[in-house]
Amino acid sequence: MRLELKGLTKKFGSFTADDDIDLVVEPGQIHAVLGENGAGKSTLMNMLYGILTPTSGEILIDGEPVSFSGPGDAIAAGIGMVHQHFKLVGPFSVADNVQLGREHTRGAGVLSARAARKAVLDVSEQYGLRLDPDAVCEDLPVGVQQRVEIVKALSGPKTELLILDEPTAVLTPAEITELLQIMRNLAQAGTSILFISHKLKEVQAVADKITVIRRGKVVAELAPTASESEMASAMVGRAVSLQVDKTPAVPGEPRLEVKDLTVVSDAGVKVLDALELTVNGGEIVGLAGVEGNGQTELARAILGLLKPDSGYIAIDGRDAHGRGPARRIADGLGYIPEDRGRDGLVSEFSVAENIVLNQYKDEPYSKRGVVDSGAVHKRAVDSIAEFDIRTQSPDESASSLSGGNQQKVIIAREFSRPRRFLVAAQPTRGVDVGATEFIHSRLIAERDTGTGVLLISSELDEIYALADRIAVIYNGRIVGEVAPDTPREVIGRLMVGAAGAPATTEPLNTEPLNDEDTDGGDR
Amino acid sequence: MSDSTTAEAPAEPPAPAAEPAEDKPNFMRLFGRYLTEANSVMVTIYSLLLAFLIGAILLIVSDEYTRSTFTYFFARPQDAWYASRDLIVESYTALFEGAILNFNTLESYQAGQAEFGNLLRPLSETLTYATPLIFTGLAVGLAFRAGLFNIGAQGQLIFGMMGALIVGFSLDLPIWLHLPLAVIAGGVAGGLFGAIPGVLKASTGAHEVISSIMLNNIAALFLVWALGTTFLHSTVKSDLVSKPVDDTAILPTLLSSLNPSLRVNLALVIGIAAAVFTWWLLSKSTFGFRIRAVGFNEHAAATAGMRIGSTYTTTMAAAGALAGLGGAALALGVSSGGITTNTALDYGFSGITVALLGRANPGGIVASALLFGALKAGALSAQPDVPVDISTLLQATIVLFIAAPALVKAILHLRTPRGGLVTLEAKGW
Repeated sequence: MRLELKGLTKKFGSFTADDDIDLVVEPGQIHAVLGENGAGKSTLMNMLYGILTPTSGEILIDGEPVSFSGPGDAIAAGIGMVHQHFKLVGPFSVADNVQLGREHTRGAGVLSARAARKAVLDVSEQYGLRLDPDAVCEDLPVGVQQRVEIVKALSGPKTELLILDEPTAVLTPAEITELLQIMRNLAQAGTSILFISHKLKEVQAVADKITVIRRGKVVAELAPTASESEMASAMVGRAVSLQVDKTPAVPGEPRLEVKDLTVVSDAGVKVLDALELTVNGGEIVGLAGVEGNGQTELARAILGLLKPDSGYIAIDGRDAHGRGPARRIADGLGYIPEDRGRDGLVSEFSVAENIVLNQYKDEPYSKRGVVDSGAVHKRAVDSIAEFDIRTQSPDESASSLSGGNQQKVIIAREFSRPRRFLVAAQPTRGVDVGATEFIHSRLIAERDTGTGVLLISSELDEIYALADRIAVIYNGRIVGEVAPDTPREVIGRLMVGAAGAPATTEPLNTEPLNDEDTDGGDR
Repeated sequence: MSDSTTAEAPAEPPAPAAEPAEDKPNFMRLFGRYLTEANSVMVTIYSLLLAFLIGAILLIVSDEYTRSTFTYFFARPQDAWYASRDLIVESYTALFEGAILNFNTLESYQAGQAEFGNLLRPLSETLTYATPLIFTGLAVGLAFRAGLFNIGAQGQLIFGMMGALIVGFSLDLPIWLHLPLAVIAGGVAGGLFGAIPGVLKASTGAHEVISSIMLNNIAALFLVWALGTTFLHSTVKSDLVSKPVDDTAILPTLLSSLNPSLRVNLALVIGIAAAVFTWWLLSKSTFGFRIRAVGFNEHAAATAGMRIGSTYTTTMAAAGALAGLGGAALALGVSSGGITTNTALDYGFSGITVALLGRANPGGIVASALLFGALKAGALSAQPDVPVDISTLLQATIVLFIAAPALVKAILHLRTPRGGLVTLEAKGW
């Protein structure tokens, strides 16, 4: 299918989300749309998928203008979409999820399980996407769930164009590699792909053509040979240094000591297995590893939300045993959670309330159980200025901010009080390039004041950019501690189990990736 | 409140908007804009009007004579029109007279045949019925802010009643000590009973909706058993009535000096004080900050170091204490002569509706408790001319519309306010 967009524009009141977008996707081509958060990518895709109606401009499929009044029309026209947040019914089987909305029946409303299974197997065979039609979706690793979404999108009556909206945001590096291969295979089979992303490496690796969008406008059409810095500067509109300037670390006293830490999940799996780790003041230790190898549990155990089954954690030389999260925070533990929306912010609260979320009980924000809203407001005004949080006012709700600014609220919260040790888990996930740069420089500045920093990141680039020492976690153990100039391949081998085995697509851990039930802490 | 009000209001908005308006927004223009917008205040007002409109239709349908005039509607439509109009005006007037001001009494008063106190009687009844609803509404509303759906206000109220009663008849103290103690006993008993679902949720994860519903039954049946024991049972009456509380534990009436029939008592003042305190607690205290944070996002609250389990327990205990104070208001007030299994009526369950209508906001809860008290007082006094069910029906319809702002918006073609429609949602379902 050849897809062409001509002057596509979408206005919300006086705000123009997309302005005169021209774009052509040739058959069998992977076309990447690159842009920061809020650049108008999602609006564009929603128009293509019939969720939003364009204010002006037209969509042409194989030269014919089309208009969609809903996703049903888009599907009928041969467009399939894989959303960033999966739209799967968790307790349903793979086959049931794939047939959702267009169920296979034996007439008279009787479902045909056999036809549904066959349909899944046909598609997975045709495109080489391995799937067990009988598996229950919520039990599958995220990467496999995404495969279900892809198969679902491809199972449309005549899907020839696939929209992938930030498909790698939730995937592990191994899963990303596999997804990119799947995309290449699909393109070879003639499917056109529209790939929305802000991850430069992936775009570079897979795209045939790159369209960069900024503030709703097409600002550049690039070839995949374009360099990363070229793409990045097109995205943010100025030259961006991906390299962080920093001086060598001056390590001091140990600020985090973890010894023999073991956590057994409810399912009986050792998610942390006699883990040993030390982070000193004045250094950033990068914790590299494929997600789901115990990083989440380690962070939660350090904060005190997860009670270890055995082992020892000391923060700033003080045994943390028997001290709850509030005490540890008061002791000087900073914590940037990996899931901002779930653990980091109360999105209905104002920016000001979020900034004092873990300090509201302290002076001057409250006295004798009474919150001093004036002091809270003043603190928020200061933080907004210092951390360049783009918000209309401190009283605006946190949910009204963009992802990058939400993350800055958390950074402001953690960085504006005395702290001895900081856990930064995925500090720049879903954050645009400009904010990433800012957060990185703040982390370095933090280190230079003598704080110990544990940086947990699934992006090796980030670890390389910031870490003074790299620890690699695999299956709940630290399998290696290396210097930051260690080649990628070496770390990559450690990340998949030291033996040097190639990246597998099997889950490395029998534990489901979402950590719903590992919380043994307070509740 | 007649059909003319109902018909007028939706048509009202265009009038201010039609003012000769310049480009700059003047007051009338902003006001007109406000009226045609589906914001929470206007949705509440329109919900009331729509409910009275539906109530009017059902009044017509349920009245035999008016219905019969419709059988020859095409021969003499004016019969049906006049009959309907009279019925609606009379019914709603009767409700109004029972709840707010009786026009006959007003005439007698002007003629010098009635005292001023007589005039206040409907209002006193409204306030009397509203008082327990303020407490139970606050009990549900407070828990709601912590993300907890407290269905157990009924049981908490019953335990509050018993706690206040026992202290009320068993101790022999001067009034300045006895009355406060009895009131506090009601709060403590309700609080302890209310804490149970909180403790169960915090320690075992048992859902508070299920446990608090079941605890309502336990409380109701416990009351039946307790009333039969020699400790509680009346020494003079043979039916299932408790002993009366001592005179030193009775809540003093506020206006009986004007007229002995004015029943409204000190509990109303305590209720309003409780509402002010709840508002202060939620918006100004660190405890309230924690309640709201946990209610909106328990994960972020836990990550910020707040203890979720203890927040659930303390919030439920506080909610139970509020409902328990409502029980004390009954046992030491209108039912100080002895409580029965009927004394609690459905105040606890109506508290859920009151909290919803008040959007879990203390001020809103007081206002909606007054409205429901008025409907109750009006319905009881308008019997048998107006079926008592009409009041229940009005309550249900009002809440239906409030809970579905999109419905009101669609019916009246209102504009979407900035920030979208406000719907109250229960967490944990």
